[in-house]
Amino acid sequence: MSPGFIEHQRLVLPAPLPLDGGAALSPVEVAWQSYGTLNDARDNAILICHALTGDQYVAGRHPVTGKPGWWERMVGPGKPIDTDRFYVICSNVIGSCMGSSGPASRDPASDTPWGMRFPVITIADMVRAQVALLDALGIARLHAVVGGSMGGMQALAWAAHHPERVGRALVVASAARHSAQNIAFHEVGRQAIMADPAWKGGDYYGARGSGPAKGLAVARMAAHITYLSEEGLTAKFGRRLQNRDAKTFGFDADFQVESYLRHQGLAFTDRFDANSYLYITRAMDYFDLAEPHGGKLATAFARSVATRFCLVSFTSDWLYPTSESRAIVHALNAAGAPTSFVELESGFGHDAFLLDVPALDRVIGGFVGEGA
Amino acid sequence: MSELRPDLAVIAAHVAAGSRVLDVGCGDGTLMAALRDKGCDARGLELDPANVAAAVSRGLSVVQGDCNVDLTDYPADSFDYVILSQTLQTTMRPDRVVEQLLRIGRRAFVSFPNFAHWRVRLSLLWGGRMPVTRLLPVAWYETPNIHHVTVDDFRALLVERGIEVEGSWFLTGDRPTSAAAANFRAEHAVFLLKR
Repeated sequence: MSPGFIEHQRLVLPAPLPLDGGAALSPVEVAWQSYGTLNDARDNAILICHALTGDQYVAGRHPVTGKPGWWERMVGPGKPIDTDRFYVICSNVIGSCMGSSGPASRDPASDTPWGMRFPVITIADMVRAQVALLDALGIARLHAVVGGSMGGMQALAWAAHHPERVGRALVVASAARHSAQNIAFHEVGRQAIMADPAWKGGDYYGARGSGPAKGLAVARMAAHITYLSEEGLTAKFGRRLQNRDAKTFGFDADFQVESYLRHQGLAFTDRFDANSYLYITRAMDYFDLAEPHGGKLATAFARSVATRFCLVSFTSDWLYPTSESRAIVHALNAAGAPTSFVELESGFGHDAFLLDVPALDRVIGGFVGEGA
Repeated sequence: MSELRPDLAVIAAHVAAGSRVLDVGCGDGTLMAALRDKGCDARGLELDPANVAAAVSRGLSVVQGDCNVDLTDYPADSFDYVILSQTLQTTMRPDRVVEQLLRIGRRAFVSFPNFAHWRVRLSLLWGGRMPVTRLLPVAWYETPNIHHVTVDDFRALLVERGIEVEGSWFLTGDRPTSAAAANFRAEHAVFLLKR
């Protein structure tokens, strides 16, 4: 099924959205989901920010894949982010492809899909669209903003740029800037997409099934390795062969790990737009909260001292290692913001924040729910 | 605060209400919670992730870290009090840790088990064995206490480094012991230090 055929809940922003790149995007649609009920005081809202390939379908059945939402284990009645108490909002980031404005959306000037004429966006631009959504919903202040990976970057940007609107910021497996290594991996993915003849300079929209599926699948395969760990891959696959007793002396997927990666790559192309992948990875590469402050991260949080922060990293996450979280903790301590930090033991690599890590449930439930 | 360990109860009772406090080695945040009840802005540093998780789930602000290396990251003069309870003897360089405490805070509470307590002396003198007592319950080969210290040792360090003592409390169990006989009679000591 193509994402285009789904009716997502959408809000059309009332005004053009100014972008860090200098342009203004118009019109802007923001697709969003909510769980739970907004109370009369309108102070029980939690914004969850999704990661690179995530979307607004945090819990419940995903309308495109038919699978459970990406944080089903964390969000729901009686769960760590308890929808019996909190009104949970998640919106698809701009630039993405699950209903919010992105490169696959229609450019009103030409009445064709934007393609690569869509303006380059940043993490702060994504947050600006979320701010406009909350304004439209009449939510002045968030009880908490929560995010893992790229979602954590948005949570940090929220706390740095709109501290008066954020009670608590929970940042899991994330960083205040993209490292050279992270940019390098993203560039491999982008080049795989652009090297696919079907990419056609981004103008591949039209007939169903067209588009750089091969390039996008390779991008996903490479990225997927970075979300795991050697320990995790060894435990899950080792050198085991895929449905065969011996090596074939060919280039078929002899090993289970190859078969798994191919499947991951292929499945991804069913739900994700290649141009969105280019734009969102670029936004992450451009992210550096300290850059406008001469490299001093503490200055970025100078106004955030009334926001409570909690940072979580995982021992086997080499994509967003503990040192990145610690750098944020040092900056927040220097700024004087109330900050918690814990490095949790997990062999799952970067993906641990989406997986079964009971200690994470306790930390998130405690940090978000305590005293509320 | 009856549930607090005796040395923590002494500290909790003598921290000024409403002050900014860093609890180094805060465990699951028991003392921090008591200080929060006194209107203090309490922050914690703790090595064990399970303890950090427990403290965070009580709504406390605790950073996982190691006081041997991570204290240097805290800005100078950022707290009214820094607390180090029953942890000094486990650090790599207790003298440097004490200096860090008084760099970060204007005052520091330091509590530790007294290695010159008569029970300890007896154990070593008559038994010829490293003592295993109520406050030092772990055998020599697995104890985290790598720098045993006596009340008089600590006093000497303070004199050598020119650190002022603003208060001191000496305890056997939860009963106070006089300062004069402390090096022999006190199981553990609490010092309030000032730069």
